[in-house]
Amino acid sequence: MRQKGPGMDAIASIDESEEAQAGRSGKGPLVYRQNRWTRLTHWIWALALFFLLLSGLQIFNARPQLYIGKESGFGYNNTILRIGAEDTDRGPRGFTEVLGYRFDTTGVLGWSGPPGNERARAFPSWATVPSYYDLGTARVIHFFFAWTLSATLLIWLLAGLFNGHIRRDLAPRSADIRNLPRDVADHVRLRFHHTGRYNTLQKLAYGGVLFGLLPLMILTGLAMSPSMNAVLPFLNEVLGGRQTARTIHFTVMVLLVLFFLVHMVMILAAGPINELRSIITGWYRTDPPGGGTDATGRSA
Amino acid sequence: MAKFQISRRKFLTAAGLGASGIVLSGCDAFDDQLGMGDGLRNFLEGANGLTYRAQRLLADRDTLAPEFTEADIRQPMRPNGITAPDDDTYKGLLTNNFADWRLEVSGLVEKPLSLTREQLTAMPSRTQITRHDCVEGWSCIAKWTGTPLSLVLDQAVVKPQARYVMFHCLDTIDRNLSGDIKYYGSIDLIDARHPQTILAYGLNGKPLPVENGAPLRVRVERQLGYKMPKYIQRIELVDSFTNFGGGRGGYWEDNGYDWYGGI
Repeated sequence: MRQKGPGMDAIASIDESEEAQAGRSGKGPLVYRQNRWTRLTHWIWALALFFLLLSGLQIFNARPQLYIGKESGFGYNNTILRIGAEDTDRGPRGFTEVLGYRFDTTGVLGWSGPPGNERARAFPSWATVPSYYDLGTARVIHFFFAWTLSATLLIWLLAGLFNGHIRRDLAPRSADIRNLPRDVADHVRLRFHHTGRYNTLQKLAYGGVLFGLLPLMILTGLAMSPSMNAVLPFLNEVLGGRQTARTIHFTVMVLLVLFFLVHMVMILAAGPINELRSIITGWYRTDPPGGGTDATGRSA
Repeated sequence: MAKFQISRRKFLTAAGLGASGIVLSGCDAFDDQLGMGDGLRNFLEGANGLTYRAQRLLADRDTLAPEFTEADIRQPMRPNGITAPDDDTYKGLLTNNFADWRLEVSGLVEKPLSLTREQLTAMPSRTQITRHDCVEGWSCIAKWTGTPLSLVLDQAVVKPQARYVMFHCLDTIDRNLSGDIKYYGSIDLIDARHPQTILAYGLNGKPLPVENGAPLRVRVERQLGYKMPKYIQRIELVDSFTNFGGGRGGYWEDNGYDWYGGI
């Protein structure tokens, strides 16, 4: 029966035989939740973002400081974040300075490495690619995967508009907004409802990443390019200058990492095997009718 | 679904283990595939060509880099790279304030030139307040004054087969088994003839200081700092850069940077 699933409009279509079987075993029916475009683009993004993060941290290491404005202050101070190393009575220490507040981050940020072979390094070896300092190679990797990410985002956008995924599954409805407080409460208690649809927080998180963070990442990346500044001079004016654009680029990275961590936590808490199956094969086991959902019978 | 539900404690344990696994795995897994000439590296470098063509497609030949106002000049120009060449030739020229320095223009030109500072400064000049973007990530705004490179090229009459302008510099940036490596770099004729591409001898209203490249450095405003050699001695018009240094068009390019530094 599965061959009828992967049609364009197949999300949440129910596999009949599975439903019958589920009725006997106390499971909910399997639904076809993620179409092939969603699954394919999801995994390409995962790969691209992994390498973009590690190469990006390497690029940051070349100048481990963030500024606000058009330029970097050397004769004045417009630094809002700095990672560095300094000599102290206790030997070299790594520090991170955010908005004037200084933290000792020895071992991770500023000063790190295998025992006896520590060195001054903003982000540690295990968080960068290559593991040794190499700005040129990191740039090669970064731009390769920047193309990969952008092209995939475009393909996803076109496919999602064409097959209705964005309108049907991602666009929040008025019911989603009404459900928001309860959805937040459910997530906090790690109480999940497995239906074929995204819940309110999922829509906001996925939509925020795909329509907010990723486009902003691409725009702030372009705003750092001197050749693109000639083509799109207004970009830096809107963003507040090249160094502000760089700071936003870094901040969006932090937000994407936070998204990833929450994403992992939610998958582990909601049932990792079922969640993984749905993003690999498309098929998702829902709660049994009347069984797994809460008393109101609400579906996500 | 109950089968896949896990307790909060199990879940937190798993999350912790997962996180530490990521940390412990390290990121040296790709190191031996990323050196110059390695397969993976070559594959990824294929995107450099796409990046270059996209920039050339989007930017017209004469599209200008943003220019700024006097109020945006808030600090001295930050020097970078070699800031005091230790070369005897350079130090000798510096001793009498570059009176014996000449800018040689050679290679694929009809009329090779040898220009003094006075000859260069007597030519029409351009002054521009622009932002210098270093590949490392920092930026600094400064006012540059110099002779448009296109005027010098016109005077030398570039031969039709010339494709690149190669800058040969006075400063030693590195050493290898075959001896000192002097800084060098190249741009194509599109950038060489761009209105903002100037041979700069003035910085913020004063003569160009040694740390910023005296007596002459080039400004290529739509590219990153490593594409703007300092301490220029000779400009050579070439049809290919494969026979220079490591064959990739410049000192930093030989060390893995992309030839087109527009991003």
